[in-house]
Amino acid sequence: MASLEELQKIKAETLEKMGVREAQDKIKIVVGMGTCGIAAGAREVVLTIMDELAKRKLNDVVVSQTGCIGMCAQEPLVEISIPGSGKVLYGKMDPMKCRQVIAQHVVNGIPVSEWLVK
Amino acid sequence: MEELSLHILDILENAREAGATKILLWIRESRQEDVLKFKIIDNGRGMGKEMLQKACDPFATTRRTRKVGLGLAMLKATAEACGGGLRLVSCPGKGTRVEASFQYSHVDRPPMGNLAGSIGVFLVGTQSIHLRYIHRKNGKRFVFDSKAFLKQAGGLSFQEPRLFALLLNSLEIEDKD
Ligand SMILES: Nc1ncnc2c1ncn2[C@@H]1O[C@H](COP(=O)(O)OP(=O)(O)OP(=O)(O)O)[C@@H](O)[C@H]1O
Ligand SMILES: [Mg+2]
Repeated sequence: MASLEELQKIKAETLEKMGVREAQDKIKIVVGMGTCGIAAGAREVVLTIMDELAKRKLNDVVVSQTGCIGMCAQEPLVEISIPGSGKVLYGKMDPMKCRQVIAQHVVNGIPVSEWLVK
Repeated sequence: MEELSLHILDILENAREAGATKILLWIRESRQEDVLKFKIIDNGRGMGKEMLQKACDPFATTRRTRKVGLGLAMLKATAEACGGGLRLVSCPGKGTRVEASFQYSHVDRPPMGNLAGSIGVFLVGTQSIHLRYIHRKNGKRFVFDSKAFLKQAGGLSFQEPRLFALLLNSLEIEDKD
C-alpha cells in the first residue's frame, strides 16, 4: 500500500510521462455497469483490472464504465481499445479471465480470441 | 443481488447516467434499533411525476438498449421482503433521492458486502463527480469526501492504480462485524 507521500512521487513520475502520451494514445478499458453488468460480477472485474494494473505498474491505462449496451446475456462485458489496433469486446468476463486478458492483450498485444463477443 | 453494496453501486450508476455532478451517499446501520437505511441523493436530471410513479415497475425504463429496467424494481423487492421499503423523491431538473430501509436482523437481508469496492469502482471512471459519503454504524461515524481525497492526492486521478488501492483502503470502515 502506497502512502500519500509516495503518491506525490507517483505524481511526479506521471507528470514526466505526460508529454509522452496524449489521451488519444492511451489504452482504454470500458466495463459495462448497468444492473445487468453489476449482477453478473462487473464490480469484481473492475477491482481485478485495477489490481492487475497496479501490480504491473501500468499507470496510463484509462478505465471507465458504461451503462447497459443491450447484450445483457454476455455481461460482464469489457471493451479494450489499443491505439493503432482498434476495439474489441470481451464477454462473460471474470477475475481470472481479466488477468489473462491484461497479460496477453494489454501487455503483449494479442487478443484472447476465445472470449471475444462475436 | 447478493450484497446491499451491489444495489448501492447500481443506484450510484443511475445517478451518473442522470448526469449528476454531486452525490451524497448516506448510510445508517443500527443493530440496537434493528434498522439499516441508505439514501442516495443526486443533482442529476431528475424524473417527472409520471416517470417517478413507474420507476419501480420493471417495464419502465428510459433505456433504449432493452425493454426492462431492473435496478429500482429489484431494490424495492428486496427492501420490502426485509421488513423495509423504498422511497423515491425526484424533481425534474433538480435531482433525485432514493431511500431504502431494511430490518437489520431480517433473515433475508443481504449482507452489506464489499461497500468500499462498490464506492471505489463507482469513482474510478468518475473524475468529475463530487461524492460525499457518510456512514453511521452502531454509534460510530465515518465520513469520506472524494474531492478532498483527490486534493490531498495532489491532482492524481483515481485511475492511477496505486491511488486507487489507497482509495479502497481509506474507504474501509473499522468495526466490520
Ligand atoms: N437517479 C436518477 N435520476 C433520474 N432518473 C432516474 C434515476 N434513477 C432512475 N431513473 C429513471 O428510472 C428508470 C428506471 O431505473 P432502473 O434503475 O430501475 O432501470 P434502468 O437504470 O433503466 O436499467 P437497469 O437498472 O436495469 O440497468 C431509469 O431508466 C431512469 O429513467
Ligand atoms: Mg439502473
